[in-house]
Amino acid sequence: MSIDLKTIKHISKLARISVDEQRAEKLAGDLNSIFDFIEKLNELKTDNIEPLTSIAETTLKLRSDEVKSKNIREQIIKNSPQDNEDYFVVPKVIE
Amino acid sequence: MSDITKQSLTELVENIENKKLSSTDVTKAFIDRSEKSEKLNAYITNDFTSALDKAKKFDQKPNFDLKLPGIPMAVKDLFCTKNIKTTAGSKILNNFIPTYESTVTENIWNEGAILLGKLNCDEFAMGSSNETSFFGNVQSPIDKNLVPGGSSGGSASAVAGQLTPVTIGTDTGGSIRQPASFTGIVGLKPTYGSCSRYGIVAFASSLDQAGPMAQNVKDCALLHEVISSYDPKDSTSIDFKRKHYSKELTNNIKGKKIGIPKEYRVDGMPKEIEDLWQKGIQYIKDCGAETIDISLPNTSYALPTYYIVAPAEASSNLARYDGVKYGFRAKGENLIDMYERTRSEGFGAEVQRRIMIGTYVLSSGYYDAYYLKAQKVRKLIKNDFDEAYKKVDAILTPSTPSSAFKIGEKTNDPVSMYLNDIFTVPVNLAGLPGISIPAGHDSKGYPLGLQIIGKAFDEQNILNIAYAMEEKINFKNKITDWWIK
Repeated sequence: MSIDLKTIKHISKLARISVDEQRAEKLAGDLNSIFDFIEKLNELKTDNIEPLTSIAETTLKLRSDEVKSKNIREQIIKNSPQDNEDYFVVPKVIE
Repeated sequence: MSDITKQSLTELVENIENKKLSSTDVTKAFIDRSEKSEKLNAYITNDFTSALDKAKKFDQKPNFDLKLPGIPMAVKDLFCTKNIKTTAGSKILNNFIPTYESTVTENIWNEGAILLGKLNCDEFAMGSSNETSFFGNVQSPIDKNLVPGGSSGGSASAVAGQLTPVTIGTDTGGSIRQPASFTGIVGLKPTYGSCSRYGIVAFASSLDQAGPMAQNVKDCALLHEVISSYDPKDSTSIDFKRKHYSKELTNNIKGKKIGIPKEYRVDGMPKEIEDLWQKGIQYIKDCGAETIDISLPNTSYALPTYYIVAPAEASSNLARYDGVKYGFRAKGENLIDMYERTRSEGFGAEVQRRIMIGTYVLSSGYYDAYYLKAQKVRKLIKNDFDEAYKKVDAILTPSTPSSAFKIGEKTNDPVSMYLNDIFTVPVNLAGLPGISIPAGHDSKGYPLGLQIIGKAFDEQNILNIAYAMEEKINFKNKITDWWIK
């Protein structure tokens, strides 16, 4: 299997990470060597094996849905990259 | 007392309780040494001024019933600390101030410890040499230009270099045990579900665990006892009765059965590692325990499995870094462009590589071939351990396939870097506890570690085995203070 530049562009779109040509080529090289190594798994027959989806063999606990952190809006907004007292600000989305 | 920083955690606690030392004395000593140790680049953020204030407050109204009375401690910068910058070693979080505290650090402060600062680590804990941090390489106190291992490299460097008495790291594929092995200290990766993941910057949620790093096994047991707790805020936290690991620590391991898995004798493993392992087997026998040859047939598939599972979970966990709510934001022509540039400029090369792998293996058409396949092989790996534990109480292996390497030696070859974790990764995949203890030196004088793997929730047993072996090994770390003029 070989991951080409077109595939790299497609994955970078899905991952929302912009990559220029130079980086795309480097990534293709790296990913190909990593997947060569990963392909080793194909030696194993796993048709009748149940996938392991959770390591902790317990059912998840339920709890009542209560608000525990109150009045922290100001602190939360403070971490926002663009200053605004009331909202998170993003580039314009509606023309 | 000029030798304060040389004391173990247990000694410091005793000396504070007996009023031979004050918290201020101890805190000052570690701050002084940390300030002289800038060359190691172990800290990302220090909190020395308020640490001293807290120490003085403790001394005015000391509470000696606490387990860590007035003990200063620096922690890995992957743990969220309320009102103190938490970066995860990344540019994308370099201005992030958490509004909450991680459960494990909260447990530590509740027992009387005082935060010294936040320690360097690989970006989002993705690395085996601390070379992927946005805040630069960490130097090993063992030798100049030597990696301390990773991802808890700042933590390992800080304990071995005596900048903090003990610390906590996180371990997703070996990130506590491998750096502990590289720097001649003890590191425990607890059973999955033993320590809360609440407030830890997430990397791969089905593998991540926090754990203690210390100069000796007893300190490690004491710190584990403090951080391990049931936490309703982490849905995978397990509600079981925790032990007083340090109190119940014993070197009596007579009659224990220790498995020696033949598959860990990998191709190209240096003779020094094989010799160390044989020495370990002899120590086990000297302690009155028995060694039994066992087989973990799917061991060689663990690393390829890990490099599907961990990046898949990471790609999903790291989707939250979009430049909107916190952290770094790049300018963009529109919303999508802003996301893409933020993530391209905010994440380093290794993190981008892993997000790309994860996105690919989860993408339409490839999910079954990679992700589902990996989950099935993960089951086989867990079955191997379950089978082995019908015959043995614990398993002994080397911690790493080599000693520490030079900075820059492996950065151009991701696969050779990943191979560092070949002995530690299976433990995370199976959710088991594992401890690395220093066991010898290679021909260059660099430390080498042995790993003891336990049954799930059987930390006490592997701590006891480690404690018994530590006594026989009598390891002395060679710290020359090369970085202090």
